[in-house]
Amino acid sequence: MADGMVAVRHSVWLTMLKGGLAMPMRCLLLALLVGVAALGSGPRVAAAADLEPMVNALGQGGFAGAETAIKALAATGDPSVAPILDALNKGNLFIRKADGKAVIAMHNGSELLLTDPVSGSELGAESAGALDKIKVNNKLRRVIRAAMGTLTLRNADPAARLAAAGALFKSRDTDAAEAVAAAIAAETDNRVRRALEQAYAAIVLTGDAGDDQKIAAVAVIKARADQDALGLLNSAAQSTAPAVRDAAKAAIAEMERSLVWWSVLQDCLYGISLGSVLLLAAIGLAITFGVMGVINMAHGEMVMLGAYTTFVVQDLIRDFAPGLFDLSLLIALPLAFAVTGLIGIAIERGIIRFLYGRPLETLLATWGLSLLLQQAVRSIFGPTNREVGNPSWMSGSIELGHLTITQGRLWIIIFGLLMLGALMLILHRTLLGLQMRAVTQNRSMAASMGIRTPWIDALTFGLGSGIAGLAGVALSQIDNVSPNLGQGYIIDSFMIVIFGGVGNLWGTLVGAMTLGVVNKLLEPFAGAVLGKILVLAFIILFIQVRPRGLFALRGRSVEQ
Amino acid sequence: MIGRPLSRRLDRAGSAIALVLIAIGVLVPVLNLAVAPESAFHVPTYAVALIGKYLCYALLALSVDLIWGYCGILSLGHGAFFALGGYAMGMYLMRQIGTRGVYGNPLLPDFMVFLNWRELPWYWHGFDQLWFAVTMAILVPGALAFLLGWFAFRSRVTGVYLSIITQAMTFALLLAFFRNDMGFGGNNGLTDFKDILGFPVQAAETRAVLFAASALALALGFAICRFVVRSKLGKVLVAIRDAESRTRFLGYRVEYYKLVVFVLSACMAGVAGALYVPQVGIINPGEFDPANSIEAVIWVAVGGRGTLIGAIIGAVLVNFAKTYFTAALPDFWLFALGGLFVAVTLMLPKGIVGTGLKTFQSWRSRHDDSAGANQVKAVEAEAAE
Repeated sequence: MADGMVAVRHSVWLTMLKGGLAMPMRCLLLALLVGVAALGSGPRVAAAADLEPMVNALGQGGFAGAETAIKALAATGDPSVAPILDALNKGNLFIRKADGKAVIAMHNGSELLLTDPVSGSELGAESAGALDKIKVNNKLRRVIRAAMGTLTLRNADPAARLAAAGALFKSRDTDAAEAVAAAIAAETDNRVRRALEQAYAAIVLTGDAGDDQKIAAVAVIKARADQDALGLLNSAAQSTAPAVRDAAKAAIAEMERSLVWWSVLQDCLYGISLGSVLLLAAIGLAITFGVMGVINMAHGEMVMLGAYTTFVVQDLIRDFAPGLFDLSLLIALPLAFAVTGLIGIAIERGIIRFLYGRPLETLLATWGLSLLLQQAVRSIFGPTNREVGNPSWMSGSIELGHLTITQGRLWIIIFGLLMLGALMLILHRTLLGLQMRAVTQNRSMAASMGIRTPWIDALTFGLGSGIAGLAGVALSQIDNVSPNLGQGYIIDSFMIVIFGGVGNLWGTLVGAMTLGVVNKLLEPFAGAVLGKILVLAFIILFIQVRPRGLFALRGRSVEQ
Repeated sequence: MIGRPLSRRLDRAGSAIALVLIAIGVLVPVLNLAVAPESAFHVPTYAVALIGKYLCYALLALSVDLIWGYCGILSLGHGAFFALGGYAMGMYLMRQIGTRGVYGNPLLPDFMVFLNWRELPWYWHGFDQLWFAVTMAILVPGALAFLLGWFAFRSRVTGVYLSIITQAMTFALLLAFFRNDMGFGGNNGLTDFKDILGFPVQAAETRAVLFAASALALALGFAICRFVVRSKLGKVLVAIRDAESRTRFLGYRVEYYKLVVFVLSACMAGVAGALYVPQVGIINPGEFDPANSIEAVIWVAVGGRGTLIGAIIGAVLVNFAKTYFTAALPDFWLFALGGLFVAVTLMLPKGIVGTGLKTFQSWRSRHDDSAGANQVKAVEAEAAE
């Protein structure tokens, strides 16, 4: 979990830094560095006495004097220096004419409110005439930035150091080279040291070091093997000496090969994530259609009702027990199962039992039912999307090597597999499951063994519907909760059940995962829509070749 | 208009219905154009457009009834054939706009200029001729049906499996036509038509002619269907519907019979779409929505599956109700439509016409034993699914 947090923050950094370091971006970066530095600020008062004269020195000797003072401050490694330098950079640091003391001043009407930069205590108000602003030029700003980087490199919090190293890798600030080298020597955390070494290599590569050093730097950066490293090496391959250029080109070629594999792996991961969504949507249908042979076109609406149950549960929790919000999904699960399961039983008793043996009529009646349910939900909840929140344990993301997956997606994969497992257990290890299979395989024989077949029919249909409701709870986390939610899944679900082989839960799993992965692997080449069209066309053709799906049932139960 | 051999083969009831349809095709435009607006017999122009639309839907329903009612193939993708026919006609109408478009490009339709296309895609060539567009409106759906049917029927994909892959087909086409780079106008589709064969599309006279053409097409479609189902081919189709394996064991090549009737039905749906587009003035990918295809099936179910005339009645009735309720009680319509699906399948499996014929038949046999016996037999033969 801690690693996850580090990774999260790290990725925030990366996203913040993408898009180059334009001036406003730099200010933001500086502010962030300050923030990170402040996080780890340690004993502040102890060093205050030593810092004070150094801070005051910022106002002496013009730009050159200020530069010396900044470097001296940075060399202390004291985190409390960071906000002072930030104030200097923003032009908020002044010298009080009366005693030559450096103060941070904020405009408040016509006057300026003063605070002590070292201790942070308030020093009252002064008129603007009593203060001298410490001027900064662009050169000083660069010095400040480098100093900030150095400061955060010595932060007590490894996460802050890691972030600073990442920032330096991006900014390649040659002024910071010495500080980075010093930080590497002092670093104890292996991960941070690696990041620092990469940052140092990046600085070396952009700076004017010797060829040998640069070639060594290429090797270090190659080990990083991501898009940023690729970009850096690409620029190195264009400019410098032939030896470095060749080394960079070789490194690029090698890295591109590995990046292709990583991106294929990432696509597979996305595919498995999509596959688990499809699995969730299809798994209830695998019971109603696969096991019972009922064409339930209202299956998607059961998913939709499950999602709306989640919405209602969250709404009530927000009103009556906001503290339980993180548990809202766990509370919604049994409720959604109960709601959709009961509706399923009602549908079976009210409509479907009159239509056994007439699959096409069942199809039409359940389609009508899906229209009714959609319109009912539209009348009650309105036609617009409803907001369903993510509990905290489902937000954030996890990084593995160069792979990224959000926690929400990860939970959905886990949930899908758990549901499949639970369903397997119910079908194969419980009395209800035994009776279900008996009724499906030979209704009259099951009846003569004393099984109440109508009752089992209703329960089976209720189970399938209830599972669709559970899927709805999960899908409410990643999809828009609207009356049309179910429509988007119904065709896919049928495709998967048929593709996998009717009446076979393993087939449903394999079908969902195959389609998910194939879909995602096609996307980079064909685009999302064309990819989906290709997958549909593929299944249509596949059904021609194997009309009974991947894992066809054999034996007498097939020909009914 | 009906070919001579065909009219001779048609039975009395069949030709009567075809004649009634042709009469409507003549009468409504005449009442619209020739009768003064103050007269009680005047048919307003909007009604002509509306009924014209119903007639196109009726032709679509007829094509569904031919394969579902007589051959047991439940296609949930007939809306795709309808829409393809519509797109063929829409392409012709787009080419007719010429320099009157917003960009004034003589060759390229507006949306292509907008997307910076340099030249006309190859599949848009020839659509400046009406005969070519109409031929394509028949051939393209036919070819698609042939392709799908060839694969599906040969590998014995039947029942709900076939239904679901036809649904997937129309869904895939829906997604495809939404794409801008398909060259069919993306999600805006084709619209803003100006004229057809040089006559303005919006004019009352043009609408009247289109109406007459729709009625004629429906009459012709009905005659063809009637001819097919009363021929020996029709008998085999019914046999396939009722016992496919047994028919195969008797030596009939079931897949070819199905293929023939499936392609014929798709062509009819294409014609319906081609007539539909100039009357409503737009075609967009929404027509490929799987829901539309299922709605066409429910028209047939309401009217009476396997009765032909039932398909026409069902399509007109349901669509009239839709027009009325979506205006009067918009929220109510989906409830009504959903309820209709459930109620018809549960309580009225033979539809209005089927149930009516059955009632009529039992009434006749009870009240008029001797005199009507032969006629009853004839009716019975027709009513037999």
